[in-house]
Amino acid sequence: MKKFLSGNEAFAEGIRLARPAIISAYPITPQTIVVERLSEMVECGSLRSEFIHVESEHSALSCAMGASAAGVRAFTATSSQGLLYMAECLYYASGGRFPIVMMNANRSTALPWNIYGDQRDSISQLDSGWIQAYAENAQESLDLALMSYYIAEKTSTPFMVNLDGFVLTHTYEEVDIPDEEQADKFLPPYETDNKLDLDDPKNMAFSAGPDYNYIFKFKEHQALLNAKKIIKKAEKDFAEIFGRKYSGLIENYKTEDAEFILITIGSIAGLCRKTVDKLRAEGRKVGVVRLRYLRPFPTAELVGSVKNAKAVGVPEKDISFGNEGTVFTNVNSALFQGKIAIPSYNFIGGLGGKNISHEDIENIFDLIENGAERVNFIGIEVE
Amino acid sequence: MKPYLREKTSFSFAEVPSDTSFEAGYLVSKNAGWRSIRPVIDIEKCVGCMQCYLYCPDGVISIENNKAVIDYDFCKGCGICKKICKINAIEMEAEKK
Repeated sequence: MKKFLSGNEAFAEGIRLARPAIISAYPITPQTIVVERLSEMVECGSLRSEFIHVESEHSALSCAMGASAAGVRAFTATSSQGLLYMAECLYYASGGRFPIVMMNANRSTALPWNIYGDQRDSISQLDSGWIQAYAENAQESLDLALMSYYIAEKTSTPFMVNLDGFVLTHTYEEVDIPDEEQADKFLPPYETDNKLDLDDPKNMAFSAGPDYNYIFKFKEHQALLNAKKIIKKAEKDFAEIFGRKYSGLIENYKTEDAEFILITIGSIAGLCRKTVDKLRAEGRKVGVVRLRYLRPFPTAELVGSVKNAKAVGVPEKDISFGNEGTVFTNVNSALFQGKIAIPSYNFIGGLGGKNISHEDIENIFDLIENGAERVNFIGIEVE
Repeated sequence: MKPYLREKTSFSFAEVPSDTSFEAGYLVSKNAGWRSIRPVIDIEKCVGCMQCYLYCPDGVISIENNKAVIDYDFCKGCGICKKICKINAIEMEAEKK
């Protein structure tokens, strides 16, 4: 069935089809609508789920962990300051290996106070042990809502799906909603041994001293790496059932013969592709790689896409103050591992919701072709 | 029942579960090294009312033969049991090095 939906609404439809037993969330712009729609679905009975109104984001994820520890599917959603307030629990959830799904609406963090989209919130949580995916459009948001549970439950790892605040969460598009029968076939009910069970009582979420702690952490790391395989399998099963195909950890656009390539995340990729089309018409060999996942990081895939390029640029909506954009740091690590010795340039933009235009992207292509500073801020000229 | 450490104390890499959930008593390290004062129960006075058992934040008090027993392998010496004991059956004593 086709509907005209925003990113938030599309994600809510995906969650309805995933049938979580509990939803616990605290509202925050620009995430609010996903939980509003889910609460309406619970109210009207189209989703049989316990909707728990919590007093904070810290409690929202704690609640979801409790539910996951009871052996059921749990969902929460947040954004920006809410994600940061929740941060302590993110590590608990990943260490406890609870396959919770969270939607994060990417938004700037204070101060100065700002409700608009950038990606500093989720990027700050890359080390928390969660799988991190970045959707580009509403359809992919819905599809990721379904696939995230599949992948999280097969890797016992929580999953954060990121939607660009407003640009994606509030933009309406035509979205194909799968029927419940198909969704149930793709995503059977959650089953786990990692749960409270009167017939098989266990010590849960315990402490581990120096003697064993490192082994738990190593196994957590292995699970994230193993997720690469599970993501592939999820997309294969998904394509078979729903007919929509996804390209794994990254999505290439005209990169095969490209000399100059942009590497980026989220909804800005669409603008980059449009710019590539324009420049290609002028005879320039340019392309785009969209990183669909940042954790696990697609090192091998990225190396494969840019190995013949002359230079790459990384436009991103975040900055690790005192260093550079974090996506850029990760990309450079991949280039180094792939023994690709080409210039790479970083373009920090879109902070606090500042628009990035066609002209900005064209300018970035010019700069990576002709040489630029290592780290550049879009719209700021520094002497 | 008093919780207890099992006889098996060494686990190989493969035996350590991937999640932090396992049969109780295993994969647990003794943890009381920072205790500077320890609660000592006067068995003659203790009436087994279980208030200390309920209030102990670390769950290290059990009731045996209607008397409170403290597991010093895990007690951190916070003194809440002494504070809650209405009949003053618990005294805090300095740990001797």
